[in-house]
Amino acid sequence: MSAAQWRRAMNGGLAAAQRPRPAAPRAVPMPAPAEEPYADSDAPRWLKYLWRTLSARHVFVMAFVLVFPLVATPFFTFQVAAQSLVLGLIALSLAFLAGYGGMVSLAQMTVAGIAGYGIAVLGFSSSPEISLRWPWWVAVPAAIAVAVLCATLIGWLSVRTEGIYTIMITLAIGVAFYYLVLQNYSVFNGFQGLRELKPPTVFGIDWRAPVPFYYLSLACAMAGYFLVRYIVRAPFGIALQGVRDNPRRMEALGFHVVAHRVAAYALSGLLAAVGGVLLAWYNALMTPGSVGTGWMINILVIAVLGGVKHPIGAFLGAIVFVLLQTFAIDVIDRERFNLVIGLVFLAIVLFSPDGLLGLWAKLRSRFGPNQVLTSTQRRHP
Amino acid sequence: MSRSRLAAWILIGGPIAVFSIWALFDNTRLYLVTLLNGLTLASLYFIVASGFTLVFGLMRNVNLAHGSLYLLGGYVGYVVAGWTGWWILALAAGFLAAALAGLLMQWGILRHMQGQDLRQTMVTIGLSIVVADILLWIFTGQVYQLEAPEWLQGPIREIPLIRAYGAFRLSLLGFGIVIGLFLWWLLARTRVGMMIRAGVDDRAMLAAAGVNVNLVFAVTFALGAGLAGFGGVIGAVELSMVPGEDIRLLLASLIVVIVGGMGSVVGAAIGAIILGLSETYGLAYAPTYSVVFTFVILILVLAFRPRGIMGKAA
Repeated sequence: MSAAQWRRAMNGGLAAAQRPRPAAPRAVPMPAPAEEPYADSDAPRWLKYLWRTLSARHVFVMAFVLVFPLVATPFFTFQVAAQSLVLGLIALSLAFLAGYGGMVSLAQMTVAGIAGYGIAVLGFSSSPEISLRWPWWVAVPAAIAVAVLCATLIGWLSVRTEGIYTIMITLAIGVAFYYLVLQNYSVFNGFQGLRELKPPTVFGIDWRAPVPFYYLSLACAMAGYFLVRYIVRAPFGIALQGVRDNPRRMEALGFHVVAHRVAAYALSGLLAAVGGVLLAWYNALMTPGSVGTGWMINILVIAVLGGVKHPIGAFLGAIVFVLLQTFAIDVIDRERFNLVIGLVFLAIVLFSPDGLLGLWAKLRSRFGPNQVLTSTQRRHP
Repeated sequence: MSRSRLAAWILIGGPIAVFSIWALFDNTRLYLVTLLNGLTLASLYFIVASGFTLVFGLMRNVNLAHGSLYLLGGYVGYVVAGWTGWWILALAAGFLAAALAGLLMQWGILRHMQGQDLRQTMVTIGLSIVVADILLWIFTGQVYQLEAPEWLQGPIREIPLIRAYGAFRLSLLGFGIVIGLFLWWLLARTRVGMMIRAGVDDRAMLAAAGVNVNLVFAVTFALGAGLAGFGGVIGAVELSMVPGEDIRLLLASLIVVIVGGMGSVVGAAIGAIILGLSETYGLAYAPTYSVVFTFVILILVLAFRPRGIMGKAA
């Protein structure tokens, strides 16, 4: 059974029983097969799929992100755009967990940090007595594998409890990791951390130069974005959303709830690990500060700022966050950035729980034609 | 006692007993001083975490701004002690300031989103960022140390086996016990305590019985926040105040209530003792791995008792 049929079957059964609701929380933006205009053409399936789903704004956004580094200054390309993409990728891992799995984990930055420390310890850094100097094509996959394994373990631990407990346990795990890297000098080099982490020079290109690093981040971020888009329509993703909405019913239907949740943690761990490696290269250093509570919470801020109902929200939030970080200091004192971001976060949580995307949807539904967000809203049983 | 319980006691108690006997013979003084250090640290943890667990138990609200309230209490205590020179007054001021802040949080914001656990938690995260930054703004990153009152300064000498031990540090034990007894009296013997216990078990029923639940919530939140501020003034003497302490105490409270069981004051006491002892023994006997000990305990408890040692089904 394909994902679309599966979803229709589930929604169809429910629709009859439910009272009519406002238009917003319905899913299924997929066009019905009957409307398909090129059903009889010879083009391959994927091309037809693209033709069906792409619209002008997709092409516009795509062209914009590809051309952007060619017209922008290196500062914008590297400090603003590339950083937004990397942070957005880590936030995407949290948005996937929170939006589609219903689990808010604060340990995503910890997973990213494990990958970053992994690349620093296994690859090259300024501390020759610690770094193992493996070539990048061994060190990067190894670091990502370790981080994914840790994410799975974190998931296995935290899904033993539910809902609000998850946030506490992941916070405790994250802070414990922070103190571990702070106090351990033999592997993590303590407070100093590991410095001079450089991306490798492959194909004669220095990947830390602004434009190549931008395209590297863009490729990873887009891969992550489309992976999430694909997963949430695949049977696993649909089942995961079922687990989020009603674990008991899914259990009764024969789904292994714990396994789905742990798998979601592993997948989000993969996204966070890739982001973590990129972040380590971006900053060129790993210190305890980069896995501290400040950054753990910043990732949550980014995800919530954009909205967790759709994967694009993470990147939207990251852009706003980075712009605030970069330019708020011109308006106010540099030291008061936390105050600004805290107030913005509070305002979003208080007035628009769905983040900027929710705000956008609200405006659309008030002024424009009816528009729906892709992810189904949580149903309260 | 069932067989599995006996096995658990032997598995956990055995190694601890072996270690204790070895450590007692090896260096009696170190062992006993570490024991006292652990218990006094546990008292501080208990005072802070009992407020956290009280709020959580009644309102299902994970107040992640608890560490900020601790820091707020500490700073206010410092300022008041500087003005008046009275430490007791500082203690009261720290309690009142944090309680007032907690009351404002509950009445101003959290009351309007009752039942939305996640959103409430996010609000407290936002508040903790804002409060921490405002405190940093006012007091800068400097380290503040509050003087102990004169009658608690200096060490107590001529204790058998230990020789000398800091008087203030020892008084922490007393504070912890007094707060524990007070909470027990409040919860078990008074009308307010009865309402709080009833609210923990069934909020809707309590409201149906004609009790103003919002008032009970506000009182509990103020009390829980006040305990954090109270702990802050004590911690300002014993540990010192600097930005970052809020996270440390928040982490301690989290681990204490996860290990002990959320919503249970007795659980908070047990969790605080376990955490305090494991931290100090870890620091004394295996300095690099003290954090790992804490973490292993957390994992073991979660693996075998996901709701904590004294936890009940939600």
